[in-house]
Amino acid sequence: MGEATAYFDVDGTLVGTNLLHPTVMYFANQSSPLKSALRIGGALLNAPAMALAESRDRRLFNEMLFSHYKGMSEDRIAVLSEEVFDTVVKPRIFRGAVDLIERCKAAGERVVLITGSLDWTMTYLSEYLGADHFIANRLEMKDGIATGKLLRPVVAGPEKAGLMVADARSVGHDLSLCSAYSDSFSDVPMLSVVGRPACIRPDKRLARLARAYDWPILDIESPPRGTMETAR
Amino acid sequence: MSVDHPCVVTLSHRSKPRVLFSGDQLVEVDLPAGTRVMYAKPPMDGLPDPDAAVRYALNHPLGDEPLYAKLRPGMRVTIAIDDLSMPLPMMKSPDNRARVLGPVIKMLDEAGVEDIELIIATAFHRPMSAKEIKHIVGSTTFDRFWPDKLYNHDAERPGGLTHLGTTADGIEVEINARAASSDLVIYVNLTFVSMNGGYKSMGTGLVGYKTLRGHHNPSTIRKTDSYMDPKRSHLASKMEGVGRLIEDKLDVFHIETTVNNRMFDKALDFLTKNEDELTKIEGRALKALVRTLKILPQPARQAIFERFPAPYEMTGVFAGECEAVHDAILHLVYKQHCVPITGQADIVVFPIPYISPYNVGAYLNPLLVSVMAEGYMHNLHRGVPLLKKGGTMIIMHPCSDKFDPDQHAAYVEFFHKLLPQTRDAMELHKRFERIFSKNPAYIQMYRTGSAYHPVHPFYMWYWGENGRQHRGRLIVVGADNAYVPSILGYEMASTMSEALRMARETSPADPSITCFRLSPIMMADVTPAPAATQFGVSKA
Repeated sequence: MGEATAYFDVDGTLVGTNLLHPTVMYFANQSSPLKSALRIGGALLNAPAMALAESRDRRLFNEMLFSHYKGMSEDRIAVLSEEVFDTVVKPRIFRGAVDLIERCKAAGERVVLITGSLDWTMTYLSEYLGADHFIANRLEMKDGIATGKLLRPVVAGPEKAGLMVADARSVGHDLSLCSAYSDSFSDVPMLSVVGRPACIRPDKRLARLARAYDWPILDIESPPRGTMETAR
Repeated sequence: MSVDHPCVVTLSHRSKPRVLFSGDQLVEVDLPAGTRVMYAKPPMDGLPDPDAAVRYALNHPLGDEPLYAKLRPGMRVTIAIDDLSMPLPMMKSPDNRARVLGPVIKMLDEAGVEDIELIIATAFHRPMSAKEIKHIVGSTTFDRFWPDKLYNHDAERPGGLTHLGTTADGIEVEINARAASSDLVIYVNLTFVSMNGGYKSMGTGLVGYKTLRGHHNPSTIRKTDSYMDPKRSHLASKMEGVGRLIEDKLDVFHIETTVNNRMFDKALDFLTKNEDELTKIEGRALKALVRTLKILPQPARQAIFERFPAPYEMTGVFAGECEAVHDAILHLVYKQHCVPITGQADIVVFPIPYISPYNVGAYLNPLLVSVMAEGYMHNLHRGVPLLKKGGTMIIMHPCSDKFDPDQHAAYVEFFHKLLPQTRDAMELHKRFERIFSKNPAYIQMYRTGSAYHPVHPFYMWYWGENGRQHRGRLIVVGADNAYVPSILGYEMASTMSEALRMARETSPADPSITCFRLSPIMMADVTPAPAATQFGVSKA
């Protein structure tokens, strides 16, 4: 392993999903249709508040969203995780994501996914992409049942930067040599602590910032130059 | 006493100010009496019937059999095409390459060749856009082949390169896999400057990093006297090694073309003339243009210049074996470009224009300013350099800290992170080039965006290396900030008078001053003065 880590946000950066996509899948596959309806209905009722939270505080949004997991059994989540990965996440992985991560590894970088998504799904995605490690949100479990709370630290917004600092320190990497990739303005803290920030499909605010600071903006959806690659 | 060529004008006290490019501005500059100003030669006549000339070249090749005799049904043919980095600015339609491609493809069709692909030989340049490719190849070819059978070379595609062997110099040669697996490669070239064409076409355009690093390195550049004079270019000899190896392994049919230097349409033709010989109307038009450019914002100025393609005309087309074809083309290029001049100068003035081969559609960033000065303009010579060893180079450019974020993303990091640590090309090469060469983000931008490869800024810095090794001081006139010149190691002057005063401080008494008034393109064909005095540090 080299001297640097490449940190990747996941949703919107490597995969065309957001936190809601797998959540809907989890909720839609409860032990009975009624339970599914109740969970989805509850989340919908809370949707305006979550939308407000999402625009102001990413961490609060995460906590509100995952509170709807309260009462789900660990076994059910575990069983559903692989299905969620196969049916929701995997088809939405951007065409250039695997190649980008392969290049990071070829450059001697350690690859870490850092995401507000649940660790259950990240296990599969991390393995599929060939990442070395992931930092994801974890549900608090009591007697095998989700309490609806997230274990600390909650992976979101500025907290991601702190987690990256701790992670880099734990492996002896200098953050000025590390890189970070994200699509969202809410990840500016994680982009700011590394020496090589880059944006993938940036939202408008992040794109403006990227232009101001000359941060590279990557396209991992278009086919690369060269026809044979187009066909791959 | 030698008589100067008509294109070399010695200024007197009565001479009018010279109007020189400073980026995308035109600036009136008073140069001292006795200053020699070099102007480009008038444009050579274009071929009266270029299409007939292309057909003749294909059927009467030099050192090879006619193209039709090489073709057979069922064969695999790849056509490699020079990218849009030349000519500058882009030429009006039809481009030379389009003129060549029409009859070539027709010949392939008639011979029953169906497996045809066209590759823009970009090497580490940015990919050409669809619109640019359409301009290069012509709409008929574009509509038929784009995008599946007409595309940009990708030097980073996994499995996209084939290893052909290693040269006597130890350069590993790997080339575009499609070309390597072809029965015939046809290279369609537009040689705008004498550095291009010949073995360089295949030896750079379709290769990857392992090959490029063999000749694009500071050690090779330091041993190169002039990029534009292949016989004195170590770079050219290394590329020749690569090219020869490729030609040993593959059947390559070269088609080289060139153009005259008619850079401006009639309406702007006064820009090429001696200021003392302008008519009243031309003089007024020039002044109006100078004033207009002064008040326009930068993007508008750039847009004006980029909007009008040049009315270049084809002056030659040859086909066949690499060396024979290239020699014939070089003869024409030198005939158009070389302006004879006797004696080197203690001080040279290089007005830096808005354009270079590496910023088509983008701003000429600070690194490219240095490439234009110490790389291109210094090397636009045959014989000996225009500037005496250790002399002073004065350039004109605003040197704005401005980079195109899409095309030149890696340049930003190179310029702002690496150059402040060291300007030593060898150190940059050893410490940082490999790391950049693998940078995943920049490679992604090269492959799916519009970026140059991440090692391209290194190559640009190396490109200026023999100029840096040769010159003494470099003074920039008109920089809009102190930061960029400081990073580049340049001194600053607010006016040309101040720059000349500074230069005189370290020049011999009564220094010789020469202004190389580029735009259109030219070369200084320098004969050393019999009693020329050299000063400064001798070449190690």
